[in-house]
Amino acid sequence: MPPPPPSPKLPSGASKGPPLNHIGLPQTEYRGGKSTLCAGCGHDAITAAITRALWENAANPYRIAKMSGIGCSSKTTAYFLSKSWGFNAVHGRMPSVTTGAMLANHTLNAVGISGDGDSASIGIGQLVHVIRRNLPMTYVVNNNGVYGLTKGQFSATADRGSKSKKGELNEFEPIDLCGLALELGCTFVARGYSADRKQLIPILRAAMHHRGTAIVDVLSPCVTFNNHAGSTKSYDWGKSNEEPLHEVGYVNPWDLDEVDYEAGSGIEVTLPDGGVLHLAKLGSDHDPRDLEGAKDLLSQAKAKHKFLTGILYIDEHRPNLIEGLRMCDEPVGTLPQSVLRPGREALEAVMESFR
Amino acid sequence: MTPNSAAQPDAAAAAPGVVVNDFTLSVATVNGTGSQTANATLIRAIIRMGVPASGKNIFPSNIQGLPTWYLIRVCQDGWIVPRENADVLICLNRETARDDVMKCAPGAWVIYDAPFKLDMLRDDVHYFPVPFATLVRDVAPPKLWKLVTNMLYVGVAAELLGIEMAAIDAALAKAFGSKPKAYEINVKAVQVGRDHARESFTRPADGYRVEQRDLIGDKILLDGNSAVGLGAVMAGVSVVPWYPITPSTSAIEATEAYLEQFRRDADGTATFAVLQAEDELAAIGMVLGAGWAGARAMTATSGPGISLMSEFIGLSYYAEIPAVIINVQRVGPSTGLPTRTMQCDILCCAYNSHGDTKHPLLLPASPGECYEMTMDAFDLAERFQTAIFLLSDVDLGMNNWLSDPFAYPDRPLDRGKVLDAEKLQAIGVKEWGRYKDVDGDGIPWRTLPGVELDGAAYFTRGSGHNEYARYTESSTAYEANVERLLRKFETLRGEVPVPHRDDTDGGSPVGIIAFGTSHWSLVEARDILAKEHGVTFDYLRLRAFPFSDAVEAFVQEHERVYVVEQNRDGQMLALMRHELPQVAAKLRGLRYYDGMPIHARHIMNDVISNERVA
Repeated sequence: MPPPPPSPKLPSGASKGPPLNHIGLPQTEYRGGKSTLCAGCGHDAITAAITRALWENAANPYRIAKMSGIGCSSKTTAYFLSKSWGFNAVHGRMPSVTTGAMLANHTLNAVGISGDGDSASIGIGQLVHVIRRNLPMTYVVNNNGVYGLTKGQFSATADRGSKSKKGELNEFEPIDLCGLALELGCTFVARGYSADRKQLIPILRAAMHHRGTAIVDVLSPCVTFNNHAGSTKSYDWGKSNEEPLHEVGYVNPWDLDEVDYEAGSGIEVTLPDGGVLHLAKLGSDHDPRDLEGAKDLLSQAKAKHKFLTGILYIDEHRPNLIEGLRMCDEPVGTLPQSVLRPGREALEAVMESFR
Repeated sequence: MTPNSAAQPDAAAAAPGVVVNDFTLSVATVNGTGSQTANATLIRAIIRMGVPASGKNIFPSNIQGLPTWYLIRVCQDGWIVPRENADVLICLNRETARDDVMKCAPGAWVIYDAPFKLDMLRDDVHYFPVPFATLVRDVAPPKLWKLVTNMLYVGVAAELLGIEMAAIDAALAKAFGSKPKAYEINVKAVQVGRDHARESFTRPADGYRVEQRDLIGDKILLDGNSAVGLGAVMAGVSVVPWYPITPSTSAIEATEAYLEQFRRDADGTATFAVLQAEDELAAIGMVLGAGWAGARAMTATSGPGISLMSEFIGLSYYAEIPAVIINVQRVGPSTGLPTRTMQCDILCCAYNSHGDTKHPLLLPASPGECYEMTMDAFDLAERFQTAIFLLSDVDLGMNNWLSDPFAYPDRPLDRGKVLDAEKLQAIGVKEWGRYKDVDGDGIPWRTLPGVELDGAAYFTRGSGHNEYARYTESSTAYEANVERLLRKFETLRGEVPVPHRDDTDGGSPVGIIAFGTSHWSLVEARDILAKEHGVTFDYLRLRAFPFSDAVEAFVQEHERVYVVEQNRDGQMLALMRHELPQVAAKLRGLRYYDGMPIHARHIMNDVISNERVA
C-alpha cells in the first residue's frame, strides 16, 4: 500500500506563502527542468497544464512514473515533476516500457507523453495494443502533425491537402488518433488544444484518475515547422476551428462538499478515486458514455473540418489490465524471497513429475 | 557432467554378435499423426529398465503432413547423440522410406509398413514387414486407427528388442494414468504388436537387445525449456512478457505453468504477470520497464526475435536496466530452418545492438545447467543491471534429456545494488549518483520508482548522461561512462560460471574447446579417439562469456586448440580471437552446420585429419 501523503492540507489563508494543494505542496514542487524547446512551442503549454493538473489533483510526486519515447514531445517529461522517475525510452516504444513498469509496480501512476511521430507512425502498433489491454495510464499525444527534431517532414496525423513549411502538399490521409482509439474500444478518449488551458487541465486531471488507458490527443502547434498558412495544425487554425463539446470540470473527492453543480447542468461521471468529472453542456448533446455517438460525432466533425475538443468517450466499467490479470495489491517488484521462491517440496513435486 | 563412466559389464549371457544396450533407433513418420506419445513410451520404457536413453525429435516447421523422425540413442555408456546411421528403423513414412532404409547401418533391423515393400532395397539388413492396417482393426474403432498404429510399432519393437511389458506398462500408465479407456486401448495395441512380432518373426541371432540394468537411479527425463521455466520460477521471476516463436515457446509455457502452480493463491490472486505481447519489440520493452521498476522479468525468443529486440537491448546496456533473455537458437539466417538446431547467435548476442556494446552469455549444455544458469541469469542481471543472455538451442530446449534431479538453490536471491530511502539517507542524497562508480567495480547503485524521498528519483534515458543521470553531450562524461561500463564488464568476468576443464592423464599439447550441446558429441568423440586411436586431447568446456581467465590460460598452455561449434562462420572462434588476441593465433575452428546435432564420428574424423593421426 502507498504510504499516507506527506502532510495534511493546510487551512486556506493560514499562511502568506504560495497556495498549497491537498497534500500541502505548492505548485513549484511539481516543476521540472528548464525546457529546451522553441519559444512558443505548444508542448510547453501542455507541460504547464500537466504540472497544474498534477498539483490540483494533489498527486503524490514520488509515485508518478513519467514515460516517453523519442522526439520533441518525449523530451517534455524532463520539464515537469523533478521529484519523480522518468524513462525516456526508444522511439515509439513508450507503451511497452510503461506496461512492464506497471506490471512490476501498479501502485505507480503512469503518465506517458508521446508525439504524433512516436505514436501514429513508428509506435502505432504499441499504441494500439496498450489500448486493447486497457493498461491504467494517461497517454498524452503532443500532436503537431510534423517531425520537429528532423526538421519538418509531415507526420501521419497531417491532414491531406495541408501544406508543409516548404509548400509541399500532403497527399496522404491522416490518422485520427481519437478515431482510432474509439475504434479499438479505448475506455477514455479526449481531444484537447494546447492553447485551451482551461479545458485541457480538467481533461488531464480526469485522465490521470481513469481506471484504464486514457488517450488525450492534444493539438500542439510547432512554431518552427508547422505554424504557417496552409497548415491545419497551426495556432491560427486551432483558434478558428476549435469547437469545445462541453465545459469540463473535475472535482477531487475531498472537495465534493464544496462544489455544487446545478442539477441537470451536465453529465457527471464518478472516477475510481471518488472524484467527479462534470461535463457541462455547450453546443452538443453528446453523452461521452455513448461509444457509437462518439464515433458519429467525430466523423461528422472530420467532414466539416471542425476541431472538436473535450472528452469524447469514457467507460469506467471495463477492468484494466492489472485487474484482468488478478495481480496482488503489493508491487511484485518488491515482494520478498519467501513469496517469490517456491519451497523445497514444490521442487520435489516437479522432479517427481519428470520420472 | 560426464556420462556414466562405470557402466556395468554386459550380461554374461549375451550371445556373440548381440549388441546389448547400445543402438540408435529411428522412427520415421509423417508429422501430425500423433507419434509423440508412442515414442515417449518407448524411451520411458527403456529408462524404466534402468538403461540410459535420450530422444531427439527431428521435426518440420509444419503442423501436418511432412516427414519427421524421432531418434532414440540407447547407450549404457551414457552417450547421448544419435549415430548417423540407424541400427533399428521404424518406417511409417512412404515418402522417405527408401532413403531411410538406404541410410541404415549394415545389419540394421527395419520394421516397416508391409505395403511399402522395402525388402528389395538392400540385402545387408533384416526386414520386419508389419501389416499395420490389418492389425489395427482388432484394436480400436476406425477414428483411432491413425493414433493406435503408433502403439502397434511400440509393441513390435518392444518384442524384438526385449523391452519388458512391465516397463511399457509403467510408461503407458504415466501417459494415460488419468484416462483409463485410452490406457486400455493403448495396452491392447502394444500387446497386439508384440503378439504379431512373436508369431511372425524370428529374431536374428545377431542384433540389438535391451537388458535390465541399474543405471538410472532417481534421474529425471526432461527438455531444456522446461528446465529454464523451472529455473526462472525458482529465481522468483514475476513479469514474463513474450511473443510466440519456435523453439522458445515451450520455455514460456513451462514458466507459466509453474507460476500458476506455485504463485497463484487459492482465491485466484497472482504474484506474477505473464503477458503475450504484440511482437518481440514490445516483449523486451516490457521486460525493461519491469526491470526498471524492480521486478525480475524475463522473455524467451529465438534468432528472429533477437534481431527485433536489438534496439532495446542497447538501451538495457547503456541505461543499465536488468533483463533476462532466453535465446533458444535455431538455424538462421532469416526464417532459416526454424525447427533445426544450431549455435548461430553467438556474435549477434555478444555484441547485440548499435554502438559499443557487450553482453554476457550463459552457455548451458544440459537441462541441469538450463535450470541453474537461468537462476544465475536473474542474479547477474540485477547485480550488473544489464541484459543477460542464456543461449540454449533447439536440441537442448526441445528434446528429452536424462538428468540428475535438480538441487534446491543454496543461496538467496541477489537483488543487486538497490537503495531504499533509509540507505539513501545514510549515504546522503546529494552524494548519490545513479551512474557513479562508488565501489570501484563499475556497478552503480540504483533506486526503484516510488521511494518517498526527495532526490531519490532520477531520469532514465538512452541519450548521453552523466554520473547523476543528467542529460549531457559532454565528450568527457561520455568517455567516462562507457569506460565504466567496460570496468563493469571486467567485474562480470569474475562472476560468470567458470569453464569446466578436463585434462588427459599427463596432458596433451593439443586442446579442444566446445560449449553447449556440442559438448555431448565432443565427449563421445574423445572417448572413441582414445579407444580406437589411442590419442587423447585436453578439453575445456566454455560456460559463459566474458571468458574467465581460465579460458586464456587453457589456450596458453597448449600448442593449438580446436574450437568446436555448430555454425558456418566459426562465431565462437571469432569471439575468442577478438577477445583474447594474445592467444588468437593458436585457435582453429571445427564447424558443423547441417542443423542436426553433431555426430561424434564427424568430430573424430576432423580431428584425425587435422592432426594426421594414424
